[in-house]
Amino acid sequence: MCVDSENVLCTLDFGPILRSLFPNASPALAEALVDIISIITVSTFCLLIVIFLIWLERKVIARMQDRIGPNRVGGRFGLGQTVADVAKLLTKEFVTPYGADKAAYNIAPFLIVMTALLMWAVMPFTANMVGVDLNIGLFYILSISSVSVVCLLLAGWGSNNKYALLGAFRSVAQLVSYEVPMVISLLVPIILARTMSLNGIAEAQVIPYLFVVPVSALIFYISALAETGRTPFDLLEAESEIVAGFHVEYGGMKFGMFFLAEFVSTLFMSALFATIYLGGYRFMIWEALIGPTPAILELVMFFVKMFAVYFVFIWVRATFPRVRIDQMLNFNWKFLVPLVLVLILSTALVDGLFVGQDETSAWHFWRIVAHLGFNLLIGSGALIWARRNAAARGVAKPEESMRVQAGALVEGADPHGHDDHGHHDDHHGQTAAVPAHD
Amino acid sequence: MQIVFIIVSAVTLFAGIQTVSNRNLFHAALYMMLSFLGVAVLYGMLESAFMAATQLLVYIGAISILVIFAIMMTRRLMQATEPAFNSQWQWGGVASMLLFVLFVTVISQVFVVNPNVQGAFFPPAADEAIRNSVVDLGVSFVSADQYVLAFELASVLLLVALVGAIIVARPDVPDNEMEEAVVVEVVESAEMEAELVEVEAAEEEPTEAVPGGH
Amino acid sequence: MNAVPISWYLIVAAALFCIGLYGLLSRRNAVAMLMAVELSLNAVNLNLVAFWRYVDPGRPAGIAWAIFVLTVAAAEAAVGLALVISIYRQRDSVVTEELDVLKY
Repeated sequence: MCVDSENVLCTLDFGPILRSLFPNASPALAEALVDIISIITVSTFCLLIVIFLIWLERKVIARMQDRIGPNRVGGRFGLGQTVADVAKLLTKEFVTPYGADKAAYNIAPFLIVMTALLMWAVMPFTANMVGVDLNIGLFYILSISSVSVVCLLLAGWGSNNKYALLGAFRSVAQLVSYEVPMVISLLVPIILARTMSLNGIAEAQVIPYLFVVPVSALIFYISALAETGRTPFDLLEAESEIVAGFHVEYGGMKFGMFFLAEFVSTLFMSALFATIYLGGYRFMIWEALIGPTPAILELVMFFVKMFAVYFVFIWVRATFPRVRIDQMLNFNWKFLVPLVLVLILSTALVDGLFVGQDETSAWHFWRIVAHLGFNLLIGSGALIWARRNAAARGVAKPEESMRVQAGALVEGADPHGHDDHGHHDDHHGQTAAVPAHD
Repeated sequence: MQIVFIIVSAVTLFAGIQTVSNRNLFHAALYMMLSFLGVAVLYGMLESAFMAATQLLVYIGAISILVIFAIMMTRRLMQATEPAFNSQWQWGGVASMLLFVLFVTVISQVFVVNPNVQGAFFPPAADEAIRNSVVDLGVSFVSADQYVLAFELASVLLLVALVGAIIVARPDVPDNEMEEAVVVEVVESAEMEAELVEVEAAEEEPTEAVPGGH
Repeated sequence: MNAVPISWYLIVAAALFCIGLYGLLSRRNAVAMLMAVELSLNAVNLNLVAFWRYVDPGRPAGIAWAIFVLTVAAAEAAVGLALVISIYRQRDSVVTEELDVLKY
């Protein structure tokens, strides 16, 4: 329990302590120094945690694929592996390819890391630990993340490499397309919370919005996967198809910065999901049973939720295969965008019923029930429609696609399949049983 | 504050000059982005965070991307060594200089010669108004006695532009489908983003409606 | 604290507008002309927001009109660039001086 407002562990408000370090400075100067120290702290945290994130990702994916993962460098669990990788990247030579647009080529990595770090400015780690609680917090995040698209174009164009340019075109098509469902799905919690400030949205949740508007949460999650360029939407750096996307010409730490930005923004998307749909730093059970949460517990809750969401990112990466670019764009424009438009309309209409009444617990209860009901209705309706649509085109009947896969497996495993001399008959017989699919 | 203003506006204007004079169109587009960024910072100094974020989202995130796509699609022309300016560029320079002199004359007549005119200097405080400006903006977009007509017309305009851009840019013979798909996607999403700005503003309305409903 | 008089903002906006006008009048490439137009529209927006903050911060009129300008700018950019690309496909040129035939 935390009644002592002077205790730092209770409030985690480091401002007074920092200010007491500069007793002789003028107020404006002291504020500036406090700001600078906070900025350095947050960005250092974001940069350093990436070392841990990369290790975590490799280890978890290895376990899911029945491997061991890094286990040699730095003790028993291979904890020093990423440190060694970073040291390798840092000691590499800085290369600028011949004919590259020097300015564009060299600015892009810095700019992309800057945009990834700038977004953390509005993220509330606890109720007090927030860089700046903007009243347009979510809008700020969206605008910053739209700037990162520019970096990809800079990198792709500056490299003087047609594969890099092609990769940049693909990336921009993907990022700009998936921005639409992401923004509109984020409008749903904004409508529910009546504010765009992240702190306000976290405070407004009676129960986590994941259980109030699950469809919006799911759409946001899918768009976040695409926005950060992670599997199954990792067309940006599909190693087997377009060498490495827009950063094919980058090496050493310049490549490392793109890598860094990807991890930082993935972690940020996890934190954003945790804040908007899971209540962020709030420990709702504790609040209901015991009372106000101490700030240190808020911080722990924030990290637990953020890493839980991040774990799902890794899980998805280890599970799903990559989609093609036409599938990716079709899925976005023909499924996600119409769905999210229906969702935002229905949310606005449903929430309109609850405007202007007293906010009693019954009001909260019926509001949650109404939103949840409409969400489930829309979500299941969309799934049924998609399934029927796919069946009409003959692509996704589960039993048939299973048979196709089984047929392919048998075909590949059959040692006579590659034999030119005989067995043509039963080979053809086998494939003829499989319905043609294009 | 004055020093910050001078630096930011110098960068903005320098980037603007580079935008209209740089021979490399791609660099010109980059300078245009820098100029937009400078204007966004000026919005920030005018305490309108909403406009600054909108500037980033729409101008840098959508319009600049569109421009760069157009430059890349017509990029064969950029390597040509033909002149960047047309035959009347001197007259254009003279005309814009004259216009600038006219503007400065008018501004100095109003604000420098008579410095006490209303609104010449930064009004102090007004913190509450600044903080509520986004809500006020959203309300003004949907209230019948303010801008609801213009707001709806703007959304119709966006829809028309969306459809029109796709129809105009679509090739008769779909020989290069990939390129076309990208154009259509980017055009569409630029429109969507611009529309979203309005949606963001529009959804502020319930905030005001709560006290209004009592 | 904020000692910048409004006339500074107006002069910067006027300069930016004139730069855009110069670009519009002197460039040959249609894409470059569109970029210049965007600069001019930005200058207009800067004026609107400056007047909002200095003269009447209590009412959102300035920002509202800035948003409308922005909307029109977005529509104009989309349609303009679509036209440029369409012309480039048919005529293999985006130089405005060469596009002087009414019927092609």
